Amino acid sequence: MTPLLQVEGIAKMYGARIGCTDVSFDLYPGEVMGIVGESGSGKSTLLNCMAGHLQPDAGAVRFDTRTEGLRDTVTMSEPERRMLSRTDWAFVHQHARDGLRMNVSAGGNVGERLMAVNARHYGDIRDKAIDWLGRVEISADRIDDRPTAFSGGMQQRLQIARNLVTGPRLVFMDEPTGGLDVSVQARLLDLLRGLVREMGLSAIIVTHDLAVVRLLADRLMVMKDGHVIESGLTDQVLDDPQHAYTQLLVSSVLQV
Amino acid sequence: MSDYNFAYLDEQTKRMIRRAILKGLAIPGYQVPFASREMPMPYGWGTGGVQVSAAVLTPEDRFKVIDQGADDTTNAVSIRRFFEKTAGVAVTEATTEASVIQTRHRIPEAPLREDQILVYQVPIPEPLRFLEPSEVETRKMHSLEEYGLMHVKLYEDISQHGAIATAYAYPVKVEGRYVMDPSPIPKFDNPKLEMAGIQLFGAGREQRIYAVPPYTHVVSLDFDDYPFEPTKADHACDLCGATDSYLDELIMDDAGGRMFMCSDTDYCGTRCAAGHCGAQGTPLAEDAA
Repeated sequence: MTPLLQVEGIAKMYGARIGCTDVSFDLYPGEVMGIVGESGSGKSTLLNCMAGHLQPDAGAVRFDTRTEGLRDTVTMSEPERRMLSRTDWAFVHQHARDGLRMNVSAGGNVGERLMAVNARHYGDIRDKAIDWLGRVEISADRIDDRPTAFSGGMQQRLQIARNLVTGPRLVFMDEPTGGLDVSVQARLLDLLRGLVREMGLSAIIVTHDLAVVRLLADRLMVMKDGHVIESGLTDQVLDDPQHAYTQLLVSSVLQV
Repeated sequence: MSDYNFAYLDEQTKRMIRRAILKGLAIPGYQVPFASREMPMPYGWGTGGVQVSAAVLTPEDRFKVIDQGADDTTNAVSIRRFFEKTAGVAVTEATTEASVIQTRHRIPEAPLREDQILVYQVPIPEPLRFLEPSEVETRKMHSLEEYGLMHVKLYEDISQHGAIATAYAYPVKVEGRYVMDPSPIPKFDNPKLEMAGIQLFGAGREQRIYAVPPYTHVVSLDFDDYPFEPTKADHACDLCGATDSYLDELIMDDAGGRMFMCSDTDYCGTRCAAGHCGAQGTPLAEDAA
């Protein structure tokens, strides 16, 4: 089986400081990979390198394209990479404001990716937007409201709808539940888990919330100071942490 | 002739502008940066158009300036006099007699010929500006042909107003490649962008020149189920009776009296002189107000 994403020896330096270094893994279709670690451990740098937002200093990120099989996205041309990022990839930002157009209506936000791949029928675009708003539990009568009129949880759900409308195969998520209160988090996680299963999505989720990876991720990577210090099946890593830092991380979770 | 160099600008500057114009003509719709000069008028008064006109004018040219279609408004009169003084060129108000026409916000009603040049004054050359504030990003979008955002604006129009409400500066795609702002002409004029004359666009403050060569394919953006429609006031001209021209609405008194008249004064005057008469016009040309 070909992996959907093959990461090999990714390194990114910020001057003399290490952003992340020597990261390699394969992600297979339908698999959800969690990346955890404390602030500054390089997990967002890694995610941005994989999603093409940052140019890594070394290494390769090979993606299984629909037409040509595995291709290195680091060396492919910018138009190709940008095409991938609005068709086969999705990127869910921690702050919905970074991923939404705040002065464009919810329908326009969802429709943008469709129009970017040349949808030119207003009725069809609108029907699809309504369908997706429904899937993320935003009622259809809010379609012409701007995201500024939405709550934080709704904005996050709208961002997810906007990203998934073109049927991507790989979703990058950067702290998708950060800054939301726990009950809203729970519903969002429920929704994400449903969508991932239903659409057979592969996902890479960066978070510092161990509960989120426990719920969503099949596999887990633990990062510290730019290095991957431990990886394995989520339950295995969380229940039987080997590395001292992972043990600290797991034991630091507040028990209610 | 005055002590000015012909048409105010020095020859090196005109060469620089001509190079930008030629590049613009070679890449229809592409915004060519140029070193815009200070002109003896404020930004927003047509400094871009004036520089382009200065670069294309020859002593044999006959020059016409219109502002919102009219030859006799402040902006039009002052620019026309500017070139009368600094270039000594002949001027005219008749569209058919002019070889260079500088315009603000209109395309003349009379079709232009191959030997005519139309120079537009452009306030904001970037059609994506109000959707994407970063110039770095908009240039990238142009170079990668990522124009989905332009349709997001039209989508928003339909979802809010039930129709594409953009009435002027309606975005067009030139020769299947670049999306271009046709300057704030009413969308009624958009179909005329495919013409026999050369069209040059100058934005002085923004330092951009772009062009549409003769007979270039210009398509107004739209949706399959909401096609582009040029619109005008549903009325005939009250002076000359024309039903096919773009109209200005004038409030006549405090009681709500109003009249519609052609925004193109030369077109209206020519028709009146030929004996056409509208609802409030005087039949004889010499009696016309």
